[in-house]
Amino acid sequence: MTSSRLPKGGRIDRSKTVRFTFDGKAYSGHPGDTLASALLASGITLFGRSFKYHRPRGVFAAGSDEPNALVTVLSGDVREPNVRATELEIHDGLVTESQNRFPSLEHDFMAINQLAGPLFSAGFYYKTFMGPAIGPLRSTKFWMFCEKFIRRAAGLGKAGIAADPDHYERVNAFCDVLVVGTGPAGLIAAEAAAETGARVIIAEERPVAGGSLLASAEIIDGRNAAVWAREKAAALAGRPNVRFLTRTSVWGYYDGNVLTAIEHLSDYKPNRTKGQARQRHWVIRTGKTILATGAFERPIVFPGNDCPGVMLADAVRRYAVEYGVAPGNNVTLFTNNDSAYEAARAMAQAGVNIAAIVDVRLDVSGACSEIATAIGAELVLGHAVTGTHAGKTLSSITVQHFNAVTGHVSGTPREIKTDCLGVSGGWSPAIHLASQAGGKPEWDEDLQAFLPPEPNQNWVTAGSSAGYMDTVSVFSDGATKGSSSKAKAKLPSVDAPMFDPSPAPVFEIEPAVKSQKAFVDFQHDVTADDIRLAYREGFHSVEHLKRYTTLGMATDQGKTSNIPGLAIMADVRGITIPEAGTTRFRPPFTPVSFGAIAGERYGDLRPHRLTPMHDWHLANSAKTYEAGLWHRPMIYGSHGETVEQAYVREARAVRQSVGIVDVSTLGKIDIQGPDAAEFLDRVYTNMFSTLPVGKARYGLMLREDGIVFDDGTTWRLSETQFLMTTTTANAGNVMQHMEFYLDCVWPDLRVHLTSVTDVWAGTAISGPNARAVLEACVTGTKVDNATLPFMGIVYGSIGDIPVMICRLSFSGELAYEVYCGAGFGTQVWEALLEAGKTYDIMPYGLEALGTLRIEKGHVTGAEIDGRTTAHDLHLDWMLSKKKPYIGSGMKDRAGLTDENRLSLVGLISLDNQSINGGSHIVSDAAPREPADSFGHVTAACYSPALGKYIALALVKHGTSMIGNRAFATDLLRGKHCPVEIVSHHMFDPEGSRMHG
Amino acid sequence: MIIKCPYCGPRDVIEFTYQGDATRQRPDPASSDQIAWNAYVYDRANPMGSHREFWLHSGGCRQHLIVTRDMATHVISSVGFARDTTGTAKSGDRP
Repeated sequence: MTSSRLPKGGRIDRSKTVRFTFDGKAYSGHPGDTLASALLASGITLFGRSFKYHRPRGVFAAGSDEPNALVTVLSGDVREPNVRATELEIHDGLVTESQNRFPSLEHDFMAINQLAGPLFSAGFYYKTFMGPAIGPLRSTKFWMFCEKFIRRAAGLGKAGIAADPDHYERVNAFCDVLVVGTGPAGLIAAEAAAETGARVIIAEERPVAGGSLLASAEIIDGRNAAVWAREKAAALAGRPNVRFLTRTSVWGYYDGNVLTAIEHLSDYKPNRTKGQARQRHWVIRTGKTILATGAFERPIVFPGNDCPGVMLADAVRRYAVEYGVAPGNNVTLFTNNDSAYEAARAMAQAGVNIAAIVDVRLDVSGACSEIATAIGAELVLGHAVTGTHAGKTLSSITVQHFNAVTGHVSGTPREIKTDCLGVSGGWSPAIHLASQAGGKPEWDEDLQAFLPPEPNQNWVTAGSSAGYMDTVSVFSDGATKGSSSKAKAKLPSVDAPMFDPSPAPVFEIEPAVKSQKAFVDFQHDVTADDIRLAYREGFHSVEHLKRYTTLGMATDQGKTSNIPGLAIMADVRGITIPEAGTTRFRPPFTPVSFGAIAGERYGDLRPHRLTPMHDWHLANSAKTYEAGLWHRPMIYGSHGETVEQAYVREARAVRQSVGIVDVSTLGKIDIQGPDAAEFLDRVYTNMFSTLPVGKARYGLMLREDGIVFDDGTTWRLSETQFLMTTTTANAGNVMQHMEFYLDCVWPDLRVHLTSVTDVWAGTAISGPNARAVLEACVTGTKVDNATLPFMGIVYGSIGDIPVMICRLSFSGELAYEVYCGAGFGTQVWEALLEAGKTYDIMPYGLEALGTLRIEKGHVTGAEIDGRTTAHDLHLDWMLSKKKPYIGSGMKDRAGLTDENRLSLVGLISLDNQSINGGSHIVSDAAPREPADSFGHVTAACYSPALGKYIALALVKHGTSMIGNRAFATDLLRGKHCPVEIVSHHMFDPEGSRMHG
Repeated sequence: MIIKCPYCGPRDVIEFTYQGDATRQRPDPASSDQIAWNAYVYDRANPMGSHREFWLHSGGCRQHLIVTRDMATHVISSVGFARDTTGTAKSGDRP
């Protein structure tokens, strides 16, 4: 085919030149061109190589239905593969390359795959990669090895690995009416809707409005159809209640009339404004949707139908009329319906030479034959194309007698010289969005196409997507669907010949002798014979057919291949197309970049939670790490110490004198109400109604299924007010858990919950000298053992800042938690440090905190891991027998009381080496894989108090294993060390230190 | 999906947290009937059609709602405060 630019016509701006490259060569076009139209205008007909067979392929369509002409757009190191050349607007500096060819498009080494055609038939991967059942290659390993090479030979464009430098936006929009598509139906419907005063959003996937009118030879209201559309669109866009979006493809239809769309903001521009987003992702919530999405022309399947130069008839028309490009010097058309004649009229008007029109029908209407005569095209009736002759481009076609009723091909082949064949197999309404939103599409015998299903949300289809195929009825349908208003709008007058919209039911031309492959799905290289093979191999349902052959599963979602594929399957099964059924369309309608969906939400999206004393920690050389969302000090000091040296120093200081740690991150929930105590009795396993005012108690919560949920202390501040603390990580979960019970299970309880985690700053002060430090700085209350006994609460001041002090201990030392308003956290912290100077007070981080608690055998999230029971953790003493509580009903299930369960023990390293967290407990003296594990290490550290490396572990038959030796094995990090199993109370088991 | 919170008004589903089947019956708290507890904790109805569910308006008023939703079409036929439906509390000012 010799394609070229026509001397005039098209909506391109011929006064300006745009330069771009394709496969390294420079080309030029005009503003308004797509890559496809500009390359066709430059005489390029070969656009890429096919998916499996590496066959040469040209451009096939002119819009989002394009299966063949996919290119990769390069921008620096960034590659965007599989962009449809038919939609890509050219701009200065655009760099593109073809895909799936090696070393070049013209000389493709992989084209040898064509010789191995029978090998790559349907189900190739399923058959091949199971591996032979017998013989020397009997294992899948060899096949896995081969697969790498075979996969490289097949495929589409390669994705890049460079980070995407562009940014993207997301926007939520609301409207009364969303109109998708701006062809004749969309424009009229949008106008009718806008007239009612409704807030209207109009989305058009192409750069200009008009749809089919852009390439129409019709005269509307006395004007050229494209001009009429432009004026109508401009008038609509000027209305205050209308938002008109072009380059915006609506790609998903979701529940609640929520639709998603992608708007191309700047990726078609040569020089983007700094900061301008590339694409915008729209989430549109609409009262009513009008789907005026038009229809897709479908091909007829015939041997040799995939060579460059074979296109959809409508695509030939659009290149000629919209872009002023003749896709060939000598065009022929092949059709089973009247629409090709209207296309021929428009092409001829644009200056394209049409040699012949091949029609499978024996008779055509007067209007059709008049057009053929008028444009000087030979009318070849009752014939079909049965073969093509092409090297890298079409040179001629073979036609033979064809019986449209029996499908029988006969007679002597006749050759017709042509360099471009436009094929029309009828039109399929673009029901993709309707199918996403609704039920089963309905087959229309007249149109030989599926019509949209019955709506189950507030949407309608209008125009050709509803099955109205001529402009007059499209206008009338659009006006009706746009507004229910009784006032009849005056419809535009249309001057055009009338045609019959019904095609002859011909989908495939299958001569008795076939020398060429007949393709159905161009993008996935699925042939008509593949579908028949799938049938012979037992894949009969459309769902199986689709998955086995991959028909319609490429990036074009089978826009051109769906109906022909179904028709062929229905034919071999001897049933009708509606009996064969169709698959449901899924989002996205066109490919959408991940970047657009993510929008500005990439990278680390978590909020960062900082305690009131955070700046102090940083200023005092704290190394922090993230614990959930919180940033917490791990250790302080960087004087060349290792982390272990630092935490050992800090932990030792606590045991010897006094240390302070920031505990502001603990979850804190204010619980108030007359029934607060009763509520806590139900939530905690132990009793809280007996807790006196001014005292705190350690509490344990189970889940309803009997597994431990959380622990913490709860302080009774008055008869009706409690302050609950939770573990840092579980604060939100505990809040939600309790809210659920108050709302849904015990709505009769008069209790109110407030999260106060961020209201209080908390400092824990621990060590033998902790009381002396408080005595030095706290005024307004005594802190001696009588006034502030273990678990007691007092109120006082530090400086002039009111504080609440509770005596409780996580470290096992004499310890207090000092709470103050969050804004005063650093002041109180510094005052405590100042008062503690005499005692060499030491701030300590999470590592030392962990060390102190491991020494004491206190549990945290590592042990409360969603699998352990109170019994496993030796907390059964906290399970009240006097009252039911959440989890009491299921805690004694057989599985939770099994004697083989893991339970908490301590470990002491016997080789004076550290024990790795996560190690498995085994009895083998040497590492063995797989190991017979009977437990695992939950937390490990060096204990300065014991002078040993120790750990906590969950071990089978834990308590009875105490005194035994075992090994902690970490195969991943190659560590295997002997340990002694001991009680989890490794330091001061009597608790004499904290009661002192 | 849009849920019409009786307190906050119509809001997108991302503001809500699904809290499960609202038709399950919690056994008497003191009961040790393992079959009843098992049914409450683990058994969930999944009808094709209308279903009652708990939804927490976690990104809004933090009230638990009972939403009656068609599981096939996602059409919501009613929304109310769980407290009003499951308990004796009277509807009034919330939260």
